[in-house]
Amino acid sequence: MSGSILAVSHLYKRFAGLVATNDLSLHVNPGETHALIGPNGAGKTTLIAQLQGELTPDSGAITFKGRDITGEPPWRRSQMGVARSFQITSIFPQFTALANVGLAVQARAGHGFRFFRNAWRDPALTGPAMEALETIGLAHRAHIVAEDLSHGERRQLELAMALAMRPALLLLDEPMAGMGRQDGQRMTRILADLKKDYAILIVEHDMDAVFALADRVSVLVAGAIIATGAPDAIRNDPAVKAAYLGHRS
Amino acid sequence: MRDPLPPPAPPASPSAGALLAANWPILLGLALLALVPTVASALDNPFYIRLFTRAVIFAMVAVSLNFVLGFGGLVSLMHASLFGVGAYVVAILAHHDYESTTLFGFAGADDLAISIPLAILASALVAGLSGLVSLRTSGSYFIMITLAFNQMLYYFFVALQQYGGEDGLQILGNLHFAGLQITQRVTFFYVTLGVLAVLLLLFARLVQSRFGVILRATAQNERRVVALGVPPLRYKLAAFVISGAVAGLAGALWATGQGFVSPSDLSWVRSGDYVVMAVLGGMARVWGPVFGALLFVLLEAFLPSWTDFWQLPFGLVVILIVVFLRGGLVDLLGSGTSGKGERT
Amino acid sequence: MDPGLFVEQSLNGVQLGVQLFLMSAGLTLVFGIMNLINLAHGSLYMAGAFFAAAFIKLTGSFMLALALAIPATAILGALMELVVLRRFYGRSHLDQVLVTFGLILVFNDLVRLVWGVVPVAMPTPEFLSGSVTIFEGVRYPAFRLAILAVGLLVALGLYVVVVHTRTGMWIRAGASNRAMASALGVDVQLVFGLVFAAGAALAGLAGMMAGPITAVQVGMGEPILILALVVTVIGGIGSIRGAFIAALMIGVVDTFGRVLLPPALGSMVIFMLMAVILAWRPKGLFPVHA
Repeated sequence: MSGSILAVSHLYKRFAGLVATNDLSLHVNPGETHALIGPNGAGKTTLIAQLQGELTPDSGAITFKGRDITGEPPWRRSQMGVARSFQITSIFPQFTALANVGLAVQARAGHGFRFFRNAWRDPALTGPAMEALETIGLAHRAHIVAEDLSHGERRQLELAMALAMRPALLLLDEPMAGMGRQDGQRMTRILADLKKDYAILIVEHDMDAVFALADRVSVLVAGAIIATGAPDAIRNDPAVKAAYLGHRS
Repeated sequence: MRDPLPPPAPPASPSAGALLAANWPILLGLALLALVPTVASALDNPFYIRLFTRAVIFAMVAVSLNFVLGFGGLVSLMHASLFGVGAYVVAILAHHDYESTTLFGFAGADDLAISIPLAILASALVAGLSGLVSLRTSGSYFIMITLAFNQMLYYFFVALQQYGGEDGLQILGNLHFAGLQITQRVTFFYVTLGVLAVLLLLFARLVQSRFGVILRATAQNERRVVALGVPPLRYKLAAFVISGAVAGLAGALWATGQGFVSPSDLSWVRSGDYVVMAVLGGMARVWGPVFGALLFVLLEAFLPSWTDFWQLPFGLVVILIVVFLRGGLVDLLGSGTSGKGERT
Repeated sequence: MDPGLFVEQSLNGVQLGVQLFLMSAGLTLVFGIMNLINLAHGSLYMAGAFFAAAFIKLTGSFMLALALAIPATAILGALMELVVLRRFYGRSHLDQVLVTFGLILVFNDLVRLVWGVVPVAMPTPEFLSGSVTIFEGVRYPAFRLAILAVGLLVALGLYVVVVHTRTGMWIRAGASNRAMASALGVDVQLVFGLVFAAGAALAGLAGMMAGPITAVQVGMGEPILILALVVTVIGGIGSIRGAFIAALMIGVVDTFGRVLLPPALGSMVIFMLMAVILAWRPKGLFPVHA
């Protein structure tokens, strides 16, 4: 669809006889927070992986900012402005929180083939990195080695890394996975803050968070989207209730 | 390895005291090594100079290997062959110079100012080509492919009958560096020690640079590096080429010092020894492997005087170290590095 | 090349191929199932040859020695797994390389300790000492033909076991998905032990059969280990079928490479073949893990 930041059309992906993505089409508008919900095994993470480029679809097309990126490798998509946070926290455990984010800043800046100057003491990297940590409320933990952070803090750190890439689109795969109630509420507040500035495609199981954050919700069942609409409409959609919400209770 | 550095901000230079506290073992080690010729002449035993020259040259290889192994997570089993390529370049050029023959139409050279850069170039080239094939595969394939390439280069030099084949190649004639005589035993020892010191400084800078940070990040979590927008292959390849070039430099010095090269310098077991040296010394520090190399050369020299079967105790030591002492000797020196081993 | 020589070299190539397959079968399964790089697999090859030589001296019979040496190598392999390698399944590849490298050093010196440094002669069995006329004017040593036959029989047997039995099903399940296999109630520890012992027996068998052709000496397992590693990566780690095809390919290409090409090139040709195949398919010809 023209004008949308991300458009997916007729995407198919099969694994050894199993259809993981089945004629899937969706779009994300600029500034929109689009939530993707569905039962376990519906193919949500598979879809995210195809959008980021880790998996290649069997057929269909992915357009980002009007450009077909279906064949682009993941690192180039990241450079173009697609940032992903992983379902299972993915950070650099032996670097400090600041260094983790600094690396994301460096990746955006490009200049990786600099062999002499100390990267840790380069304000061009640490400045923006600190900024991203502040946005996410983790600045006070900047010098802690990442593996010593709490689970909730690591999830926040991952989000800070995504932000430091100055992306045009955030792909968030269950940002609240494994979080307690308190951490989850804090993450919801952080995301509510971020949604003003970014287009977001979010996969989440926490329905309170989804309905609080999302402008639109798509329901994925068995690799296909069965409904898309405003949160209230989705909540009351009988087909969705039958296929998914009813499933859970 | 945990990042051994102080916190990155504020952007100021670390104090001399902090640098000393973090690096005293290597500073002490280099200072003691500098005394070796004096002690050897006091004991009237020049064998020690030869022995420690060997240790210093092996240390260069172990340090260069550790750059890709400890910091890049790449278990290379071909560093002996990269070393050997450098050594053979010097020896072959000297051979053609002595015989006044040509190689591919070029004259030979007994000037190290010509042959050492060519040796470095040749090893870097071999590392680059091998890296192009092996780095596209995953970790376990990488180990086996580098081992195979090591064996390939070994057979290659065994088969080169014009350069002595299995018996190796003696360097006749007088090697010099742009007219300077550097092959005299004591002079040469200080040359190698100086080269090692410079290499340590360069690698210390390198692992903190933007390039080094990406390399280390790739070793920790390659998938994340990709998702940040960095294509890892070119960084790993560049690191492998740098490492190979330094191994080639060490090989060139080896040939110069020994006046002799042979395929046994390229043996795959030697490649394994270099890995042992790096792990033995400690991979978390740029200079850790220097101590691994020293210990290795000393064991290799003195164990056989107690027992003919020195590989048996040495093998057991290797096994025990893998089981118990994950941080290497650096941990025993208590220089403040983490005892946590490298993760899978 | 005249047809006689061609036939002879082809047989040499296939014979080297089946020996490589015996070496690689255990290596690739241990690697595929336990995710363990075992550089000490060559030590089992060496151990097999030394055991057989010792038992021949003791019993005077080649066949009896074989019957004793094969289980002996299997037991050695099982011990190696039980005492040392079992602890290393979950460890990094670097740790595995180091510990198995240490094992090689230990085994080499143990052999020197027991048998000395002088190569041990191993006689060709009496009934296989002659040669066979393949066709008019081409004669081929009977012992080498026997190696070829044994190797092909073992390959066939392995194929039947792996593809058509319950144990084989466990092995394949383990090779393609460890977690799934243990979830299905497979006694993974037991399967690991069995596979390791069987792989050791096959490597030992390869060593025994090589004994009368090459010398039985310290370090004899290392060059063949590296060829077997080449076979394993070309075939695809964990794939028995891949190992078989790659082993024959390497055997034949290496043999003809040494005959047809200048020595410096001939000794490198299989490694170049490996490089080309991996540049084309980084996970080998028959990748097991998707």
